[in-house]
Amino acid sequence: MRLQPARPLSLLRRFYSSEISRGNPLRVAIVGSGPAGFYSAQYLIKNLHDAQVDMFEKYPVPFGLVRFGVAPDHPEVKNVIHSFTTTAKLENFRFLGGVCVGTTITVPELLARYHAVILAYGAGKDKFLGIPGESGANVMSAREIVGWYNGLPEDAALNPDLSSPTAVIIGQGNVAVDVARILLTPPDLLAKTDITQHALAALRKSRIRNVYLVGRRGPAQVAFTVREFRELTKLTNVNTVFSHSDLDTIRTGLGNFPRHRKRLMELALSSGERPIKADSKNCHLKFMLSPRKIVKADGVIHAVNFTVNRMEDPLDPHSAVIPTDDILTVKCGLVLRSIGYEAEPVDKSLPFDKSKHLIPNDQGRVESPAKGLYCSGWIKRGPVGVILTTMNDAYETVDSLLDDLKAGLINVEERKPSREAVVEFLRSRQCDPVTFPEWEAIDAEEMKRGEAVGKPREKLVDVRDMISVAKKVDLDLAHEEAL
Amino acid sequence: MLRNFTCSTQRPRFSTIMLPSLSSVRAKPTESYSPLRGLRPPFWLWRISSATRRHCRHFHSSASRWIGEYEHQDPKSEDEVVNVIYIDKKGNRIPVRGKVGDNVLFLAHRYGIEMEGACEGSLACTTCHVYVGGGFFDKLKPAVDEEEDLLDMAPFLKENSRLGCQIILTKELEGIELTLPSITRNFYVDGHVPTPH
Repeated sequence: MRLQPARPLSLLRRFYSSEISRGNPLRVAIVGSGPAGFYSAQYLIKNLHDAQVDMFEKYPVPFGLVRFGVAPDHPEVKNVIHSFTTTAKLENFRFLGGVCVGTTITVPELLARYHAVILAYGAGKDKFLGIPGESGANVMSAREIVGWYNGLPEDAALNPDLSSPTAVIIGQGNVAVDVARILLTPPDLLAKTDITQHALAALRKSRIRNVYLVGRRGPAQVAFTVREFRELTKLTNVNTVFSHSDLDTIRTGLGNFPRHRKRLMELALSSGERPIKADSKNCHLKFMLSPRKIVKADGVIHAVNFTVNRMEDPLDPHSAVIPTDDILTVKCGLVLRSIGYEAEPVDKSLPFDKSKHLIPNDQGRVESPAKGLYCSGWIKRGPVGVILTTMNDAYETVDSLLDDLKAGLINVEERKPSREAVVEFLRSRQCDPVTFPEWEAIDAEEMKRGEAVGKPREKLVDVRDMISVAKKVDLDLAHEEAL
Repeated sequence: MLRNFTCSTQRPRFSTIMLPSLSSVRAKPTESYSPLRGLRPPFWLWRISSATRRHCRHFHSSASRWIGEYEHQDPKSEDEVVNVIYIDKKGNRIPVRGKVGDNVLFLAHRYGIEMEGACEGSLACTTCHVYVGGGFFDKLKPAVDEEEDLLDMAPFLKENSRLGCQIILTKELEGIELTLPSITRNFYVDGHVPTPH
């Protein structure tokens, strides 16, 4: 296709902006660079072309859970990075990586420098089971394992011991299924993905042959979706194992399930009815079990004790779960809890709903005396939903912001420190933010390292390495010289 | 084996871009994509840096394909034309002159219609969910399991729901109506419960 000369900008504005240009540009800080942050930025700039957006990110690298959460064997989910990158390259967008909001710069300090602040930093903590034996070696959260194989700096040294033949995953959501799949996939297949080298090396030595996916409720109430489960059933080296009674439960209910549940149950049934191959690994789906104790000897896990539950109506999605006196013991050497993420307030000035683990808000407007504070994504509505949910949710928040702007609740006439002054302020706090072009240097380096080992990318997992590459300085050398 | 290790798009001509590799992150022609989604101007209207423009030239001269390039070409003759009516989130009817072989997601992008397509048509998200109207639902190729799996996760699922990226125009689809689910401020009025990510 022939490139035509670019038309004058005014034409673009006339046709493609629903807002008229104003004298003083709206300056917005977005905290977090995952889908919630980028979709907020994208939608804001679309509707207000002269808005100036600064995106603050804790790590030197952008994209949040798209980089650190999406499974390495789901590269197509990461295609969304392309459109985020396009946004990031707009003149009125700035990425400020390696800036920890809450410590390097607080939310009130951001509010003093921007007309509006959108909190989109997600949910970074895990829920705990609250049972004996939960702390100590080889009991960890699925989130940590995901961080470990996806190169999250703080989880790079997790070093799970995969030498026991059995792993138990407590929880039956999509994260649990992702982790089970990664533990059971032949490492040669993973070697073609951007999985971190340390995880790949550990998985090559892994002796795990059985993974238990354990749920508190029954087969008719599982939280994972059919797409994720189908991938598990497609692993030719893995049996998906259901008990006969669970298959019977599914058969009984099959006629009455709503569409999505019915398709999932049909797949569960067909995969559960397949003959078990003796030489394959196994993914056991266990239901109506609540963990009560992790049994250890000399600090080494050797089993999990579960309370056996029963359900008032095994086919009712909201049926009560009733614990019985029966106990079931599953021998294992690794326990992963996958019972959900939890958000936390990044700054003590923020209001926080401790029971729902989110920032109380009305359509994205933070319920706080501070004006101009918004939230989007998991911190706004809790850690659930697919990328479409987060996108729509970001649009809702930005619509609220734009409504407030029209209503005069955000005063754009108020002078704010310049864009450069923000960087100067961060430098005064010993933080030199990583820019988007500097991230692209990291990106290029990661792809170069990946190419050397036949992978699309080899992620840098050490923040110091990231900064060395971004700033083109050898931090270790600089440190020695300083000494 | 694993579906996700392979390209799952129906159109092999995208394969150069849809490889599992993230190398396409660097493929500059995606820069012709607008973040001004929905009001996406034709890509040549884009303010692009001189470096990008150089890259684009290089890219085009090397005859590589980028996503949506085919949809950005006008029909060569009337025989090829397939008229499509998009109905946007606000209920506006937007007639578009497409052609045989066009993917309705990328065609929507060309005409600035608010269909997202986060995974770029690789069957990994639900952001191009549409309702197929005008009696055309039955004329479409049946959805593959993977598309049905994703539709199961889409909010506001209806009997005539499809993913836009899986609809390729044929002459039979002349006059097809595609309605985008409307965003309301209260997503889950239908009782849909979002599932864990």
